[in-house]
Amino acid sequence: MLAFIKRHEGLWLFTRSPAVMIAAIVAIAILIGAVFAPWIASVNPYDLASFSLMDGLLPPVWEEFGTEKFLLGTDDQGRDMISSILYGARLSLIIGVSAMIIATTLGVGLGLAAGYFGGRFDALIMRIADIQLALPAILTALLIDGIARGILPPEMQQDLRVVVLTLAIALSLWVNFARTARASTFVQMNKEYVQAAVMQGQHPLRIMFVHILPNILGPLLVIMTVDLASAILLEATLSFLGIGLPADSPSLGTLIRIGMQFLLSGEWWILWIPTLFLIALVVSINVLGDFLRDVFNPRLR
Amino acid sequence: MVFFLAKRLIQSVFVMLAVAFLAFSLFRFVGDPVSQMTGVETSVQDQERLREDLGLNDPFAYQFARFTGDMLRGDFGFSYRTRQPVAEMIASRMPATLELGVVALLISLLVGIPAGVYTALRPRGFATQAILMITLVGVSIPTFVIGIMLIFFFGVQLGWLPTFGRGGTVNLGGWETSFLTVDGWRALILPALTLGVYQLTLTMRLVRAEMMEVMQSDYIRFATARGVPMGRLYFRHALANTMVPVITIIGLQFGGVIAFSIVTESVFQWPGMGLLFLESIRFVDIPVMGVYLVVIAFFFVLVNLIVDLLYVLIDPRLRISDVS
Amino acid sequence: MLRVENLTVKFPSRFGDVTAVEDVSMSIDAGEIHGLVGESGAGKSTVGAAIIGLLQSPGYVSDGTIMLGETDLRSLDRFEAHALRGKRISMIFQDPQTSLNPLMRIEDQLVETILAHEDMSTAAAKTRAVDLLEEMGIEDAAARMQSYPHQFSGGMRQRVVIALALCTNPELIIADEPTTALDVAVQSQVLGLIRRLADVRKVGFMLITHDIGVIAQIADTVTVMRHGKRIESGPTAQVLGHPEAPYTKQLMAAVPPLDHKIDRFKVPEDDSMAAPGKSKGDRAEAWLLGGERQVPIGLTLDNIDVTFPGVRTTIWRKPEPFTALSGISFDVRSGSVMGIVGESGSGKSTLAKTLTGLIKPAGGTMTLGGLVLPGGKARSRHHPSRQLIQMVFQDPFSSLNSRHKIGAILSEPLWLYGLVKDKGERRELCADMLGLVGMAPEAINKYPHQFSGGQRQRIAVARALLARPKILICDEPTSALDVSIQAQLLNLLKDLQSAFGLTVIFISHNLSVVRQMSDDVVVLRNGRIQEQGPSERVYQEPEADYTKRLLELTPTMPSTWIQ
Repeated sequence: MLAFIKRHEGLWLFTRSPAVMIAAIVAIAILIGAVFAPWIASVNPYDLASFSLMDGLLPPVWEEFGTEKFLLGTDDQGRDMISSILYGARLSLIIGVSAMIIATTLGVGLGLAAGYFGGRFDALIMRIADIQLALPAILTALLIDGIARGILPPEMQQDLRVVVLTLAIALSLWVNFARTARASTFVQMNKEYVQAAVMQGQHPLRIMFVHILPNILGPLLVIMTVDLASAILLEATLSFLGIGLPADSPSLGTLIRIGMQFLLSGEWWILWIPTLFLIALVVSINVLGDFLRDVFNPRLR
Repeated sequence: MVFFLAKRLIQSVFVMLAVAFLAFSLFRFVGDPVSQMTGVETSVQDQERLREDLGLNDPFAYQFARFTGDMLRGDFGFSYRTRQPVAEMIASRMPATLELGVVALLISLLVGIPAGVYTALRPRGFATQAILMITLVGVSIPTFVIGIMLIFFFGVQLGWLPTFGRGGTVNLGGWETSFLTVDGWRALILPALTLGVYQLTLTMRLVRAEMMEVMQSDYIRFATARGVPMGRLYFRHALANTMVPVITIIGLQFGGVIAFSIVTESVFQWPGMGLLFLESIRFVDIPVMGVYLVVIAFFFVLVNLIVDLLYVLIDPRLRISDVS
Repeated sequence: MLRVENLTVKFPSRFGDVTAVEDVSMSIDAGEIHGLVGESGAGKSTVGAAIIGLLQSPGYVSDGTIMLGETDLRSLDRFEAHALRGKRISMIFQDPQTSLNPLMRIEDQLVETILAHEDMSTAAAKTRAVDLLEEMGIEDAAARMQSYPHQFSGGMRQRVVIALALCTNPELIIADEPTTALDVAVQSQVLGLIRRLADVRKVGFMLITHDIGVIAQIADTVTVMRHGKRIESGPTAQVLGHPEAPYTKQLMAAVPPLDHKIDRFKVPEDDSMAAPGKSKGDRAEAWLLGGERQVPIGLTLDNIDVTFPGVRTTIWRKPEPFTALSGISFDVRSGSVMGIVGESGSGKSTLAKTLTGLIKPAGGTMTLGGLVLPGGKARSRHHPSRQLIQMVFQDPFSSLNSRHKIGAILSEPLWLYGLVKDKGERRELCADMLGLVGMAPEAINKYPHQFSGGQRQRIAVARALLARPKILICDEPTSALDVSIQAQLLNLLKDLQSAFGLTVIFISHNLSVVRQMSDDVVVLRNGRIQEQGPSERVYQEPEADYTKRLLELTPTMPSTWIQ
């Protein structure tokens, strides 16, 4: 076992850094909690019948008046904080992961093709990327959201919130992938194994996806991790601004926005517990991303 | 060199045109401008006349050309919501956002660059590991949470600093500035910190990565082997070579600072362009949204042109041609 | 002057400490050029870095003494060591392109170094810098000194680098592969300069290189290293001319001579892959011979021009196109080896890319047998020449896709060209082909990173052969390999060529290697043919001035040294 770990540098470094191990455990725990929220959570925060106003504003169990029924307390509606957070994390992760997958597919596809074909196609993609860069991610996301408000009929807007939000985030993040994929593809294009494949007369799609793609996965994996964190932050920010998800299907960002109302009163837990949870989630993803970057770029160690 | 700058200039014009087109398409296709401008009681004939007056029946390219021409003359149209000229609305909000952005960027550079250099030169030190960990947490905390925390500690708990608005401002020929009153500075501290902290972590990590890369280069190893004094080695040789990629990112960051000021302004109720933009999104006030886009893109393009000029100043390879 | 005794350098790693240099001793006198020679991984650069105190982290000197004059270098603290660098020991790196700070004028770099070590005025430092540059052979130094590094050519830059190393009059200069990145003519000038500095200024040099010709030409004494240990040392003529250690003998036997052609290098075969029941590749041999090899076809190039668009520097004027190849015509006879030789920038790699359809020529025709070869994108993916022309590349570390197993890499040409339809059959043939190139058939289940550079080149040769090509292009196939591995690979290529009557185009910058391989030879310079003809004639009675100069300036050793 030890010999196996020593032979694989990534694994070896992993076992040597406690921070990374803790981050992995936290991230996996949150992931499991989010995926199995409907089975773990004591109440369904979307279902008005499952909680009662009578339980409103109860503090966490270790404070005076806290009860064991609600370990982390309740909000003003009487929702169990743990349940809200698990469901919120679930929604945040669904949006974050889907946005990241869409952005990866779109960005990597375009970046690979731009790097492989070069010339005018490359110039076109890069000019579009330039424009996108002039409008930073949060602005793009806000803009797409604004357009959706203008175009979609009001009755559909509520139902399509999650879809619009996901697309808005995905479209604001694809550029990172496209630029990274393109730059890495350029590097690979000058490698002799690609030249050999071109020379042999292999199909361009095969060269792109079978030869080049596996060789640029390293940097892409790093961007995927970092951008998953960005996507979650972006969703939280949009929801905080009141442009993301509404209060009846709260994500972590919405929970924090609701909690803001209690900033000045004594019910600190309604604000700070979801906040801490969001930070823990994003920090652990970023620690993992940083770790991957070190593994793939040994010079920066 | 002239060619390099000319190429960048042309690219910038292209980006501006594309963003103007985006703004125009917003105006033209998202919702119907005529029904936005008129009430329910306006007759169909009146609507049709307004449509004709606005030139909405003209050919598309012609409309876009006129839209661009209006923009260049500073005629940005009227807000659907307040019926005021958009140009005035934006102009009255711009100083607040720019002052906030500039102070935030200064915080990010003045702290970020030295911290980046330090952590690159002492990669294994305890302080470095601590700084890296703190900045990792820094990039992971959303801007609005940083704002809330600062408000909570310095505003609510300690009561040291105001938590919303700009405080006292002085009007300098139409430019409302916070820089000339103590009150204005006090009000600026928390928002600028909020906005600056995130950029600071980015700057620091970038400087560190570039610096470590440069420190491995042959010319640094050669300079070390010649016994060039350490101070010169680090700053004259290594940091100078780090600056080329770093100023690129700073140029890109400025756009980020302006954009993220939307969040900061919302948390601190800072009366800048970002807050205006948020309001306009809530009310689908398309003209304001479009103009905001164009203004942001303009600042971005402008800063990046300045960055290109800086390149030419820093890097002799762009100034002087090759082997003679 | 410099005395190194029992030097041991270790690098801590997760497998425990790795000993990079073990128990090495040597001494260098003032004015002596001491060559340190060995193949990659011998630890020669580590010795140099340990002496000047610039070992890459986390390496450390674990044992031994290093004395420079009366100073014990190991006893110095960080600051004393740094003050001594440049003052008493300096260093020259391999690549002059990257050794100078691109953002600083030459003058500033020189003056800064002088002032760092000597108490003098800036004006005096400038004067010394000018004198020094002129001594290095840079004309009009006072004016040239105002330039930035990118305004100098490679050779001039290496002179500047040497001036920088010398500007504080150090006793010892460690030169790590100082001429490896340079062309023959510049190399000869730089070596001459080093010799002169040793003779006139009495500077001691430690000359680290893998090139035995360079050592033979200017080193007074030599130390041969292998795997971090000293194998043999002494006066150059004695060690290299009459080697005692078996390793040195082997090394000398692997060096290709310039002045005559030998049949085969007398080097032991690489036996690291030998396994019981090792296939000899009979099946692959039969398969190759079974092809349509009967029809002999050669390759003809007629008046090929290649131009690249120039770099645009002004807005209005269209840039001048850059001519990479001009009027290239030659015939490659079927079953013969055509050598193409030229320095960097001569267009040899462009020629290979043009032949294989990666670059479109601006004019001229290429014919393979009776078949006209379209250039660049005009050559479709299904053109027969895609199969008939195969190539072995320069860099064994990038020519095989590191994410694919050897089996997948080798079977690609078989299914692509529809040569073998059955998957199982393909696998067996690939395994057997590995035997033919001297490797164990089990290699098909491994990944490229599990093999050494020489083994990877063998795999690349196997991949090329599996397309059943008529023409095999070898573009610098051995330039990334150590000399003993090079000898093995050249032996393999010679064997395969004669066994299968392959038509080979062998491209290299190394005159000696080309002589060993080729029947005919083309000498290229700046995209033009300087001379062509039967290789023995060109090497023995060169006609073009360029060829003569090239042959003259290439560092060689006395022919009596070679066994």
